Amino acid sequence: MTQHTLAVLVEDTPGILARASALFSRRGFNIHSLSVSTTEYEGLSRMTIVVNCDRHPLEQVTKQLNKLVNVIKIVEMDNDASVRRELLLAKVKTDAASRPHVIQTAELFRANIVDVSSDVVVIEATGRPEKLDALIRNLEPYGIKELVKSGTVALGRGPRSITDRSLRPVERSA
Amino acid sequence: MTDQMTGAQSLIRSLEHAGVDVVFGIPGGAILPAYDPLYDSRKVRHILMRHEQGAGHAAEGYAYATGKPGVCMATSGPGATNLVTPIADAHMDSVPMVAITGQVATPSIGTDAFQEADISGITMPITKHNFLVKRAEDIPRTIAEAFHIASTGRPGPVLVDIAKDALQGEAAFAWPNRLDLPGYRPVTKPHGKQVREAARMIAEARRPVLYVGGGVLRAGAHQELRILAELTGVPVVSTLMARGVFPDTHPQSLGMPGMHGTVAAVGALQKADLIVALGARFDDRVTGRLDTFAPDAKIVHADIDPAEISKNRHADVPIVGDCREVLADLVVAVRKDQSEGRQGDYAAWWAQLDRLRDVYPLGYDVPEDGSLAPQHVIQRLGEIVGPEAAYVAGVGQHQMWAAQFVSYDNPGTFINSGGLGTMGFSVPAALGAQVGAPDRTTWAVDGDGCFQMTNQELATCAVENIPIKVAVVNNGNLGMVRQWQTLFYEGRYSNTELRTAPDAKKVRIPDFVRLAEAYGCVGLRCERAEDVDATIEKAMAIDDAPVVVDFTVNADAMVWPMVGPGISNDNIQYARNMAPDWEHED
Repeated sequence: MTQHTLAVLVEDTPGILARASALFSRRGFNIHSLSVSTTEYEGLSRMTIVVNCDRHPLEQVTKQLNKLVNVIKIVEMDNDASVRRELLLAKVKTDAASRPHVIQTAELFRANIVDVSSDVVVIEATGRPEKLDALIRNLEPYGIKELVKSGTVALGRGPRSITDRSLRPVERSA
Repeated sequence: MTDQMTGAQSLIRSLEHAGVDVVFGIPGGAILPAYDPLYDSRKVRHILMRHEQGAGHAAEGYAYATGKPGVCMATSGPGATNLVTPIADAHMDSVPMVAITGQVATPSIGTDAFQEADISGITMPITKHNFLVKRAEDIPRTIAEAFHIASTGRPGPVLVDIAKDALQGEAAFAWPNRLDLPGYRPVTKPHGKQVREAARMIAEARRPVLYVGGGVLRAGAHQELRILAELTGVPVVSTLMARGVFPDTHPQSLGMPGMHGTVAAVGALQKADLIVALGARFDDRVTGRLDTFAPDAKIVHADIDPAEISKNRHADVPIVGDCREVLADLVVAVRKDQSEGRQGDYAAWWAQLDRLRDVYPLGYDVPEDGSLAPQHVIQRLGEIVGPEAAYVAGVGQHQMWAAQFVSYDNPGTFINSGGLGTMGFSVPAALGAQVGAPDRTTWAVDGDGCFQMTNQELATCAVENIPIKVAVVNNGNLGMVRQWQTLFYEGRYSNTELRTAPDAKKVRIPDFVRLAEAYGCVGLRCERAEDVDATIEKAMAIDDAPVVVDFTVNADAMVWPMVGPGISNDNIQYARNMAPDWEHED
């Protein structure tokens, strides 16, 4: 099983999120993360879904997603041909001795400290999911009290956009 | 054109614009406002049913008979949830249907109000699409979109849930001139290159088969299919959903494939080197164990739904398109190939298939105790009533026998629930089919188990002058389940005996003849082979009331052939523990 990132352009209607995610769960797919927001076009939203599965089931679920009336287009975001980013907020335990080390770790990862109290700091970081995993591994020894991630969003590299007709869509036809 | 009116009036006007002439439904609190303008409509006839499930199946039967979307209507809460089974049925069998449900007023949604149910949420996985309408001005556009989605591409059920305050509110009526559905663009025109490749493969194959499914019926492509079949000389198998699309009496017809298919049809698919799947989906009832299905065959798969192609079996030549266009283009491509000298030679293949047809025809055992053979009843029904009538089956043994022992020559004359296998489909669907084709004789062929689920619609038939005829194949049991208990559970008949066959004191519970009479129908009974023909003729002669015939039949009759669950089609049995000899050399 490999990880795949799908960018799904949808009409912004109530229930589209429920429909799309129900499709995945109904067919037993493991959604790793799901993020949705508005786009540069009024009335269109974009969902970024990261899913763990093999190629054939991925083709099937993509074709099924395309059948949804409110789904306009689906593009698979290749790891190499796209920019993938995620936001992390982590509440890390600190005491007088460990705080400088925690701050230094944050700096090394170009992350920011956004909250400070006597025994915790909150670190904010953005980057590729792999970078954030590495940051978490480096913070774990100090004790992570709480952690939240936004889910991956991705944009294809180069001049074309998902709303272009010319971008190769994940197949609508077999 | 714009007129100010209530949402309810707007709804009925929209149905009229959409070309609806019949609605099957039951009123209730939330949908009540819609029933007032319905009372005055000259164009839309509402048929009051006795259960919303019946309304849904009637809409399906109507869709089968006319090709137009069937329309059913129910109130909120339990009315809507009673439509879930027929909606799921329409979804599985790709039947065009629009279901309209009332919903509680918008401010009450989500508050567990009286008769509230989140029917949009409940039907999300089983509808092609659904809508929740909260404003009166949205009603016309939503209805237009619903009918468009239900009837185009791969047909299916669309639910429109309308809040009560939307029905009561006022707005201008504006029927849309064009629809804006940017995410819904079904592809109907097939790719020329794929079609030419398919034609080439047909000419080069030694053992090809045309595997014809329900999509050919939906596309209305039976004539194009016949032309292609006769042009190429390729054998044809037609699925449960496509009976009659290719005439059973045609010399190239091998019959029905699948779990209870003919040995010739199952064998043809298993031994084929090329399967041309047309509007079919490689369903598990047809393929048996997938990893041993048709091991030597290349696949051409033509379907209007791209998600079906390569879903269960990899397609070597995928063709997305409407079957009628695909078949028409294929005929052109094959004719061109043939004019240039490229034509398939299937003489050896036909010799093999003819042997299978001759040595392993369909047949049945005549019971030795003098009881009636159900297969005989069904065969005589088909022979006496003829291929112009419509036969609407329930689910179970009787359904399989109806698919096997009636000779179907016309498309759309065998109507049944294939994908979902819904018991109780028969009587209400026959009702709907009769309404859709009032000049055609319509026989419901039902089992005694199925019949008890929806027979209250006989009242609707009697009251509304819908003269269906019902043949209840009454073996006093849930026959198909009993067959599996005979074969796989050592005859331990757990909970399959109904009391509809006479007991030691000749009591039947219920007595179908008396039940029919209570419902305003003529009730007849037939228990002996020598009475079958006369009983059928008597039923046919009655034209002023619905007729129910209780054919009391032998309980131990089995459906053969059979491919057992989860096993390979190679292991088909044409009688208990008797398998065909595939390799026999004459």
